[in-house]
Amino acid sequence: MQALATDLGFDVLFKGTNFLRLLGGMWVTLKISLISVALSIVLGILLGIVMTFKNPVTKAICRIYLEIVRIMPQLVLLFIVYYGSARLIGLKFEPEFAAVIVFTFWGTAEMGDLVRGALQSIPKHQYESAYALGMSHRQTYFCIVIPQTVRRLLPLSINLVTRMIKTTPLIVMIEVVEATKVARQIIDANRVASPNAAFGLFFVIFVLYFAVCWPISLLASHLEKKWSN
Amino acid sequence: MKNTKVFKLLAVVLAAVMIVGVMAGCSKATEADKGNTEAAGATEAAASSDVIYRPLDEIKESGSIKIGVFSDKNPFGYVDENGEYQGYDVYFARRIAEDLGVEVEFVSTEAANRVEALQTGKVDIILANFTVTDERAQQVDFALPYMNVALGVVSPSDNVITDLSQIGADDAVIVISGTTAEIYLEQNNPEITLKKYDTYSDAKTAFENGQGVAWANDNTEVIAYANTVEGYTVGIPKLGSDDTIAPAVTKGNETLLNWINDEIKSLAGEQFFHKDYEETLVDTYGKDYEEELVVEGGVIG
Repeated sequence: MQALATDLGFDVLFKGTNFLRLLGGMWVTLKISLISVALSIVLGILLGIVMTFKNPVTKAICRIYLEIVRIMPQLVLLFIVYYGSARLIGLKFEPEFAAVIVFTFWGTAEMGDLVRGALQSIPKHQYESAYALGMSHRQTYFCIVIPQTVRRLLPLSINLVTRMIKTTPLIVMIEVVEATKVARQIIDANRVASPNAAFGLFFVIFVLYFAVCWPISLLASHLEKKWSN
Repeated sequence: MKNTKVFKLLAVVLAAVMIVGVMAGCSKATEADKGNTEAAGATEAAASSDVIYRPLDEIKESGSIKIGVFSDKNPFGYVDENGEYQGYDVYFARRIAEDLGVEVEFVSTEAANRVEALQTGKVDIILANFTVTDERAQQVDFALPYMNVALGVVSPSDNVITDLSQIGADDAVIVISGTTAEIYLEQNNPEITLKKYDTYSDAKTAFENGQGVAWANDNTEVIAYANTVEGYTVGIPKLGSDDTIAPAVTKGNETLLNWINDEIKSLAGEQFFHKDYEETLVDTYGKDYEEELVVEGGVIG
């Protein structure tokens, strides 16, 4: 058992504060993704509403925004915000802050598109019935359309959340030390003593990500079932 | 005709995308600023002056210095099991902070980002095994050297590469992006296929899994590697010209540069870098390489 643990590199986990550092790295990941998710949901709902406007100007702007996010790899966005902002306008963001900006920028676009889809999927008769009952535009929106939209939206947006969490290892490139970077540091510090540490550490990373993302997926499927009728 | 129209439209859209992208980035920042107090505290407005770097006085006043070091390049810069930065570069970085009378704040950098980190003022000094090259010297300011280095090539012992001509057309050589080895091979041996990795640990894993017939890196690195990992031999211990490793600061940061140069000169009196070697590198390279690797007082000899 001892030999197996050493062979697969699990032993390095228990050296010093290694395991705590890994958890600390995971916390950085979680903090950045959760803040970004919260901001993306709020901003994305607003954006989604704007996207349904028939105004050609807002339509064009939203379209361009959405296309940027779709075309640009997140890594490029990270470089633009972290290094580009310092170069062009002299703004010095902390790396974590730059990561939140990029993830929110990305999440808002995707969320907006989901909201737009959900809003447009509400059948016309729902609006017409509300107007027939004498409800105003605003009332129709907030009492009839939005509640139904949110219901359709939740499972989809939770999917987006797990995707955002899984994309966080990219932020290593703007010098944020998160879980995968901590793992690499540990692997390197022990490259003589435990050359196989990579397997054990990345397995632990897998377990950590699983522990974070699985409950979120469960919640999504639970809500989907609950609201399907 | 139609094609050019489409092309023009595409160009316009692309330009618009860039502009909107930058503006959206900015407005997002302010939005997020308001909405999120935790993150808002993290922004540091740039100083009112135009310069991106912090001169010596400003660093002393602020009470802390940001030094970019490797966090996964044992024994030069790495993090030990207690989460503390250690290594040859780190040892020197701690001494710099001590003599400046400020706290040291280590920033974990990747090899490919070292120039960028200085140019954008993310760090005050880079002490990350930074080899002096002409190309880099145009982008950053190097202080006096504190170590010698050349390139080396390590390969599996059952198929040792002793000359670059042994590398066939289908073979690949592993390098780390942004390192001297990459620059050297691209300039002098463009016919060799390179496989590039962003981090040391990725390159090492790829090499050990047979992704390339050889791994080109600083010779200190390959010597240390072959000494510690069984089954690998340094077939080419010296490739290209002799280079040096030196601290680097943002271009134009004269006050900090001069201070570091004076520091390196004055440290020669106590043979600081020999002590540094004995504390951090001797386990990896042994006593034999000490005189060859260490540069004391910035004097190459």
